[in-house]
Amino acid sequence: MTDITLDRLPHVEPHATYLTEGHTLASWLLTTDHKRIAILYALTITGFFFIGGLAISVVRLELLTPHASLVTDEEYNRLFTLHGIIMVWFFLVPSIPTTFGNFLLPLMIGAKDVAFPRLNLISWYIFVAAGAVTLYALISGGVNTGWTFYTPLSTFFANGNVILAAAGVFISGFSSIATGINFIATTHMLRAPGMHWTRLPLFVWAIYATSLVMVLATPVLAMSLLLIVAERWLGIPIFDPTTGGDPLLFQHMFWFYSHPAVYIMILPAMGVASEVLACFARRRVFGYTAMIFSLMAIAVIGFVVWGHHMFVAGQSPYANLIFSFLSFIVAVPSAIKVFNWTATLYKGSITLKAPLLYIMSFIGLFTIGGLTGLFLASVPVDIHVHATYFVVAHFHFIMVGGTVSAFFAALHFWWPKITGRMYPDAWARFGAMTTFLGFMVTFLPQFVMGYEGMPRRYHVYPAQFQPYHVISTAGAMILAVAYLLPLFYLTWSLRYGKSAGRNPWHATGLEWTTESPPPKENFEHTPIVTEDPYFYEYEQHGGDEA
Amino acid sequence: MSETSSALLREPWTDVTRQKEADSFGFWIFIASEVMFFGGLFLAYAVNHYLHPHAFKVAVQHTDITYGTINTALLMTSSFFMTAVVRGAPAQMRRTTLIGLSICAALGIVFLVVKGIEYREDISKGLVPGAGFPLEPQAAQIFFGLYWIMTGVHALHLFVGICLVLIIDTLVARRRLPLNSPTIEVVGLYWHFVDIIWMILYPLLYLLGRWS
Repeated sequence: MTDITLDRLPHVEPHATYLTEGHTLASWLLTTDHKRIAILYALTITGFFFIGGLAISVVRLELLTPHASLVTDEEYNRLFTLHGIIMVWFFLVPSIPTTFGNFLLPLMIGAKDVAFPRLNLISWYIFVAAGAVTLYALISGGVNTGWTFYTPLSTFFANGNVILAAAGVFISGFSSIATGINFIATTHMLRAPGMHWTRLPLFVWAIYATSLVMVLATPVLAMSLLLIVAERWLGIPIFDPTTGGDPLLFQHMFWFYSHPAVYIMILPAMGVASEVLACFARRRVFGYTAMIFSLMAIAVIGFVVWGHHMFVAGQSPYANLIFSFLSFIVAVPSAIKVFNWTATLYKGSITLKAPLLYIMSFIGLFTIGGLTGLFLASVPVDIHVHATYFVVAHFHFIMVGGTVSAFFAALHFWWPKITGRMYPDAWARFGAMTTFLGFMVTFLPQFVMGYEGMPRRYHVYPAQFQPYHVISTAGAMILAVAYLLPLFYLTWSLRYGKSAGRNPWHATGLEWTTESPPPKENFEHTPIVTEDPYFYEYEQHGGDEA
Repeated sequence: MSETSSALLREPWTDVTRQKEADSFGFWIFIASEVMFFGGLFLAYAVNHYLHPHAFKVAVQHTDITYGTINTALLMTSSFFMTAVVRGAPAQMRRTTLIGLSICAALGIVFLVVKGIEYREDISKGLVPGAGFPLEPQAAQIFFGLYWIMTGVHALHLFVGICLVLIIDTLVARRRLPLNSPTIEVVGLYWHFVDIIWMILYPLLYLLGRWS
């Protein structure tokens, strides 16, 4: 390894990068460079990820025994609420869009920056402020409503800082909307000459679809939170059943955002999967056009399935029937994507590097999550498993198995571009395998115990469920190690990793045509695009690595 | 003209026309987002109106239609002047722009003053949801809950609008904002949006079921 590094040294010419454009703190905190803002977001959400993870670690340890042993009931409720709120709004929703989306969108379409660079920086500050408010609310007084803020619990009965926590989430919405507007405008207005809509990498399409959902769904959440605050703080009865208000209305408004929010979390992950698979199978993504249509179909249909969260909440049987049908429909474009990814691998020239391993586990886990979603979309099954660990396992397969795996895939795939350094691939592959293993051990038992009747959000439980909880907690410990591992070898690579060169994976895409790390203005000359994306068949296996 | 144009140019744009297009495009997306925000309130109104038609009919007769109508007239007039600004500014009509913006801000402020007087009278009539609410049936409180939130959120938007109008008015007066700046068009879009929201609130809160 040392030999190779020495051998390569003469070829590495130092160039000005976005990282060397100023070393002061102010040059980072006042930057309008999308690449630096991406790094700011990455550091922030990494912090939130580990805070949310710490909270759930305590929960999992508590669940080792059927009775209360570590924390009180109230503390338990506050811990899983902290986990939910932080993970949903301060990690999963911003995760891939604000980091890789920010970094890559302008690079992938051949632009210098996003359409509104100052707005981009402002949205990071809003995000940090929102995070600080929410975290303060969750830690100082605590909130015990769960991340869903259901009324009348949240408006009348819950103890703790509901108003402040809701305010924090409300503020984070401005950040989401600003980011969404920025990405939509960037994709429409700043594509390089020749970069037609049908030549856009699927990651760009995914970020575009995500941004549409962010812009149109987030304000509805904001309004439902505003009404909660008005009811709890000012006594204005909108959802209060004692004055004739309708608590179900809150659930409708909440899920009108929060179901599409699942697609905010998973669509970018799907984009990452397409990029990584094409590169490591050396093939054009199978059914490129179908992939675009299915991304857009998921974004659109995702808006009309929210009622499946309320099958047992008193919704009319007709509404249940329609929402059940629509929820089955949304599975169709998702299935098209899974088949197309698999078909991309078929007869491909596959190299099993770490990013591909992460994406392989993404596909497997997402498929399990999606198929169990079909169980839940079916009213009779949902009545049986509603609010059990079956549901918990289902959405963790999508959000952690899906989104977080893809986040790690993206991290490993674009790390050389972002930092200019290679990480030790063996360690990374070990990390990917450990993540997959830890994930399966944690969440597979939850399907079983949920099916057998273990309700979610319970502190104490019948002893018959203990074996499942013990296995699940053991898995969570493996998962914790797997998530900490990259912190070490990626940090190591910053100093000791060998230089990556422009295109270590011999990938297509404009981001690989510029230096690693890219210069501040991204490209020396505005690129002119003359070919379709994923032109791998004709690649001569050259590049600067060979 | 070309000098002012290049002064307008920001990163990452290379062309002022394109940059202007992007500014107004971005703002239209923001308005779509705002529509969804108010959409949540309209949904809450529709659902509760459906659940409690009688209570809503009783409640709507207790809002003050005189103040509501005066305010509607004020905002519609301001929209006229804002249109003059948005059309006049790119044509370098400086006086029209400055006067139009000032009138808009003034009409907006008068609206808020009238609204304040109306709020005071509402409070003195006890039309605040909670114990001792004067109207029966109980669900009339939901109507007034929505009344306070809808008009409050609208007033907040109008307040932001007035601030934005006053800022660009000052900047244009001091020649620090060129007349062809896309900012003027964007503020105009926002102003019209806030007016249109009122055009929906007025019938919902003052007219619907009042005389039936």
